[in-house]
Amino acid sequence: MVLPTYADPLERVWHYTYLVICGLVFLFLIAPILIVVPLSFNAEPYFTFTDKMLALDPAGWSMRWYDTLLTLGHPAPETVRDSSWWSAAWHRATWVQAAKNSFWVGLWATILATTLGTIAALGLSRPEMPYRRVIMALLISPMIVPIIIIAVGMSFFFAKACVAPDSAMGAIFGYFLSEKGCLANSHLGVIVAHAVLGIPFVIITVTATLSGFDQSLIRAAHSLGANPRTTFFKVIMPLILPGIISGALFAFVTSFDEVVAVLFIAGPDQQTIPRQMFNGIREAISPAILAVATILVVISVLLLTTVELLRRRSDRLRGVTGR
Amino acid sequence: MAEAATELLTTADGRPLKAALAAAQSRAKRRAFLLVLPLLLFVLLTFLVPIGYMLKRSVEHDGFSSSAPALDAWFTENPGFDPANPPEEAYAALVSDLARMQVEKTTGMAGTRINYTVPGTISLFKQGAREAKDLVAPFKESLLALDPEWGKPALWRGMSAASSPYTAEFYQVASDRKLTDDGWARGGDKDRIYLYLFFKTFLISGLITVICLLIAFPVSHLLATLPMAKSSLLMILVLLPFWTSLLVRTTSWIALLQEQGIVNDLLVGIGLISEDGRLTMMYNMTGTIVAMTHVLLPFMILPLYSVMRVIPPSYARAARSLGATSWTTFRRVYLPQTLPGIAAGSLLVFILAVGYYITPALVGGADGQLISNLISFHMSKSNWSLAAAIAGMLLVAILLLYWLYDRLIGIDRLKLG
Repeated sequence: MVLPTYADPLERVWHYTYLVICGLVFLFLIAPILIVVPLSFNAEPYFTFTDKMLALDPAGWSMRWYDTLLTLGHPAPETVRDSSWWSAAWHRATWVQAAKNSFWVGLWATILATTLGTIAALGLSRPEMPYRRVIMALLISPMIVPIIIIAVGMSFFFAKACVAPDSAMGAIFGYFLSEKGCLANSHLGVIVAHAVLGIPFVIITVTATLSGFDQSLIRAAHSLGANPRTTFFKVIMPLILPGIISGALFAFVTSFDEVVAVLFIAGPDQQTIPRQMFNGIREAISPAILAVATILVVISVLLLTTVELLRRRSDRLRGVTGR
Repeated sequence: MAEAATELLTTADGRPLKAALAAAQSRAKRRAFLLVLPLLLFVLLTFLVPIGYMLKRSVEHDGFSSSAPALDAWFTENPGFDPANPPEEAYAALVSDLARMQVEKTTGMAGTRINYTVPGTISLFKQGAREAKDLVAPFKESLLALDPEWGKPALWRGMSAASSPYTAEFYQVASDRKLTDDGWARGGDKDRIYLYLFFKTFLISGLITVICLLIAFPVSHLLATLPMAKSSLLMILVLLPFWTSLLVRTTSWIALLQEQGIVNDLLVGIGLISEDGRLTMMYNMTGTIVAMTHVLLPFMILPLYSVMRVIPPSYARAARSLGATSWTTFRRVYLPQTLPGIAAGSLLVFILAVGYYITPALVGGADGQLISNLISFHMSKSNWSLAAAIAGMLLVAILLLYWLYDRLIGIDRLKLG
């Protein structure tokens, strides 16, 4: 905003006050995220800057908390770091296991949410769709209903959602369920729960992309002899792909950051990064959490960049200029 | 003219045009619906059914009814009995059930169920069940001799209600009502736990919404009026917190606000406060409010921004040229045009704040807990039906707000980033 030439002195003072206020708000937004990065290199087990760190003394800085991420839960952390040490870290270290769990749960939840969500969004953006308002409200509600309610409901229901291990159903699904054949305490249960939480994001982003989609392109494809499958993959998909990808990224981040449902429905085998952090903050708070936080901040910067680039590409493709 | 109207328009193959059109339209409808169907089924099974199951649990508890069949049968036969003075047969049924509970080891379960409405009954039941096989007729006298508490009308009212597995009593308890000797009544001041916490949650959420609105307004305005290149850059500062893990943000607020944290160190360093006067900003309500404001701020900025961006600057200029002061221009011309954004952002922030769990759980300490944390507390204590009832009440509140959001703003206008 530029100050107009006719502004009187009071307005000038107010204008600069306003800029200072905005600056402070931006500081409030970003400072807590950036502060974890230097703090994670603390040589001492403190959550604040030590005098040595402030004096930029190299002795005050270290990578020890990043090292903890590999050695916590390692059977022989002090031995020489040869290939067997790394292999043990990969298979046994607590944080590495949590990261692997988070990644796989996030990946499958994203695939589930994105596939079902994109197909549904295609139906929802058709003008003929019946009961659109109600269905839309239902599909977005996992984002609105408090996560604790969803988690409580799922913890009741998933504990009862079991198949007998020796039945035909058990033979097919048993591998994905817990030892008792239930959704509770199983990877599948967590994946399903996270997929539900990711669906609203996919629906919102894909329907937003489809709202600028020219429906006559579909008719044009049909009139040129394309079957529905070809139409989808050759005409619709390339145009709405940016929307699908950003929806998928939202769904992945939602899963990767989700802790409440995991706390209520998961067992000891489904230790994820957020759960490990949650327990860490509640019990023995150590700067190792700050090291994880720093890694997560780097990941979120990368994701944000991807989504912004995609959004710009999508706007360009659809002929929308600017934001 | 009349003849032309009666003659039916037909398609090439001779079908009436109206019928052919209706068929084509219903086919298109069916196709659109079929695309949504898989997701609907998935959401039904994994979202609606669990929530329905939870609501069922909030009105169902068979801890007493399944372990006291004799008393259950007696209550069914004598629905209009006087709880102040139950007859000998009722006591006989009770004693036989107590003996049975001792054998089947269901005393704890039955006592817990009654304990929800009549506190202190678990130990009463345990003692009664231990002694039941040695009690002799008349059972009324012998049971009352064991403990006069057995004659309390409130206990008999509670057992009578618990003899059916379905009950609204958990909602009564969650509304701070108390089972007295004369039936359900409003509890005293020290019983106001749940409604008080609901009230507090709404108050805190309202406060957070107002803070978010106040600090989001100037920033959104700046973002909306700056040239696109600069505003895109600044927008990253808003979107990055949105994409960063909630736990990361909570962790960093702990690092910033705790007693040995950075903000306190800074204040001591510049001499604003003394070493002993370090502020307690974490593990209390202040911590909850600050951290939640930070987490929810982007949900206020984004809707405000998208409304402000399309407000033409010429309106403000026109108002100024007509002699309005800058304050009048803001109040009478600019502010009314931002109302849709204010409504959308405020409702969204409020809805999300009411159901918040993680941040209060981690930084709230004892007094910074909200209603979600109470649900979690009762879940951890295995008070499932009570937790479900509180969750049911929270759900109703949220759905009302959601309905309001849909009416005022429309959920299809919800945008991300």
